[in-house]
Amino acid sequence: MNTRMWRNRKLHAGARRRNRETALSSLRRNWVLHLMVWPAVILFFIFSYLPMAGIVMAFQNFKPGLGFLNSPWVGLDQFRFLFGYDNFLKVLRNTLVFSLSKYVLNILIPFGFAILLNEVRNRRYKRTVQTIVYLPYFLSWVTLAGILLDMLSTQGLVNTVMARLGMERIMFLGDGFWFRLTVIFSDVWKSFGFNTILYLAALTTVSPDLYESAEIDGANRFRQTLHITIPSLVPITVVVATLALGGLLNANFDQVFNLYNPMVYEKADIIDTFVYRIGLLSGKYSLGAAVGLFKSFIGLILITISYRLAYRFTNYRIF
Amino acid sequence: MYYKTRGYRIFNAVNSIFMAAVGLLCLLPMLHLLAVSFSASAPANAGLVSFWPIGFNAEAYLRTFSSRLFVGALTISVLRAAVGTAMTMFITLMAAYALSKDERTLVGRNVYIWFMIFTMLFSGGLIPSYMLIVKLGLINRFWALILPTLASAYNIILMLNFFRSLPREMEEASLIDGAGHLATFFRIYLPLSLPAIATVSLFTIVFHWNSYFDGLIYIGDKNRLPLASVLQTIIVQQDFRIVGPEVMARLSQRTLKAAQIFIGAIPVLLVYPFLQRYFISGIVLGAVKQ
Repeated sequence: MNTRMWRNRKLHAGARRRNRETALSSLRRNWVLHLMVWPAVILFFIFSYLPMAGIVMAFQNFKPGLGFLNSPWVGLDQFRFLFGYDNFLKVLRNTLVFSLSKYVLNILIPFGFAILLNEVRNRRYKRTVQTIVYLPYFLSWVTLAGILLDMLSTQGLVNTVMARLGMERIMFLGDGFWFRLTVIFSDVWKSFGFNTILYLAALTTVSPDLYESAEIDGANRFRQTLHITIPSLVPITVVVATLALGGLLNANFDQVFNLYNPMVYEKADIIDTFVYRIGLLSGKYSLGAAVGLFKSFIGLILITISYRLAYRFTNYRIF
Repeated sequence: MYYKTRGYRIFNAVNSIFMAAVGLLCLLPMLHLLAVSFSASAPANAGLVSFWPIGFNAEAYLRTFSSRLFVGALTISVLRAAVGTAMTMFITLMAAYALSKDERTLVGRNVYIWFMIFTMLFSGGLIPSYMLIVKLGLINRFWALILPTLASAYNIILMLNFFRSLPREMEEASLIDGAGHLATFFRIYLPLSLPAIATVSLFTIVFHWNSYFDGLIYIGDKNRLPLASVLQTIIVQQDFRIVGPEVMARLSQRTLKAAQIFIGAIPVLLVYPFLQRYFISGIVLGAVKQ
């Protein structure tokens, strides 16, 4: 061993000792900060990490009487059963039908609406419209389902108006096809106002100089929209679109759960409602946990990919 | 200028009408609900009521408030929103302040952060969470509605980003003046963060007020259910036994349901326009950070 390497090693040891000293003295000076984080850490541990550990029940035939330790292990049996189970494949398809349609419409409609709203020149009018369209977002699905169940029933307002116009009454919530449309459009209706916020915020950052020089060049408002407004919305749209990829298995439990009924299970049942019924109502805890694990696992992959993409495209970071 | 041309004027007129129509589309369902709730039973049941009450009366509201179950549930919801929001803010603000420091000040910051972020990426799912509440003995307890919701990675990150946007110099000056972290936190950071605090509080209040599912699965005793869960049982599961026959006796289901849905939505209707301004600036701060 030559002296240089030895000296290097000694240097490293010194640096390490110094680092440890600064870490220790930092701890001594800043212990209050650690104290401030720990309540949150403990809560995360109990209410997020313990349930993650509880996932072992997906590989057991869990019996509440026996607990996690004594329930028999069954390996991948629950998953083998699931993927051969007709209903589960239907549930997967329903989930994707809902989430993909919502994904597309919840980007396009707020995008278009933001551009149109931005054209309103009267500020007060603009702000009033804005406030009103945020309203449905804040109402819970229980409230909205209560309203929709009434308005869309065969004796409800919508059907009454349609009957008066000479159209046939439609069972919006009792027929699979109409149920799907109702779910997709009521979701868009609830959230488009809120989703507009980000686009409107992006539009306020567009420099007025761009419009002025376009004006001087003789471009009319339509051309200005095409060549200035829309391109300036592209970055935020890319962020929204990639981040939303992570939620593709979330078809919105609260909405479907409060609107559906046994008549439309075929076309309405989604992963989360399926977990609730099979796991909690029928008491097949392990099967429910297995479906939950499947969803969380695919979700983890999707979110990781979407954040990677968002970072690569636009340098977006959540913190 | 472009807005003086004829083509743009026509567009502007059409666009303004379109905006009014969209606004109405968002408002009309609530107006219909309100109209039904103040109508007499017969026209409401026959589906004659549209956006103006027929046979105006407030019977449905009086009946609703005479139900002990409903008033009890209302109390629990108010309590839940108040306690839940206060505790959430306490935990969120403290954690966010500490985590807004760099790794050298808060040794292990990155570990803390990833510990937190991972809960956004992966979860145990419904069944293990339910089992945990059972094992903790929280079934039928008020705290089952509070404790699991207190630490939210999303809220902490929102506040953390906000704290980091404040100028470092003030903190440095405060520390040099001999103030500790706690004093800096309370005297400098909190007063400067009121808009962001209002935003997160609003989120949390609305979240608690609207939560029904935890009540549904964790609380078996109907006298301990929060309002949202009671409404869900009555409206969606169509289970009127929970209110009792005396309330049902003279009233149509439709007006009664409408009144109850509307009462359930009042706090949200009151709170959202008021805090909207803060809310928008807050979310923009959190979301379009580039």
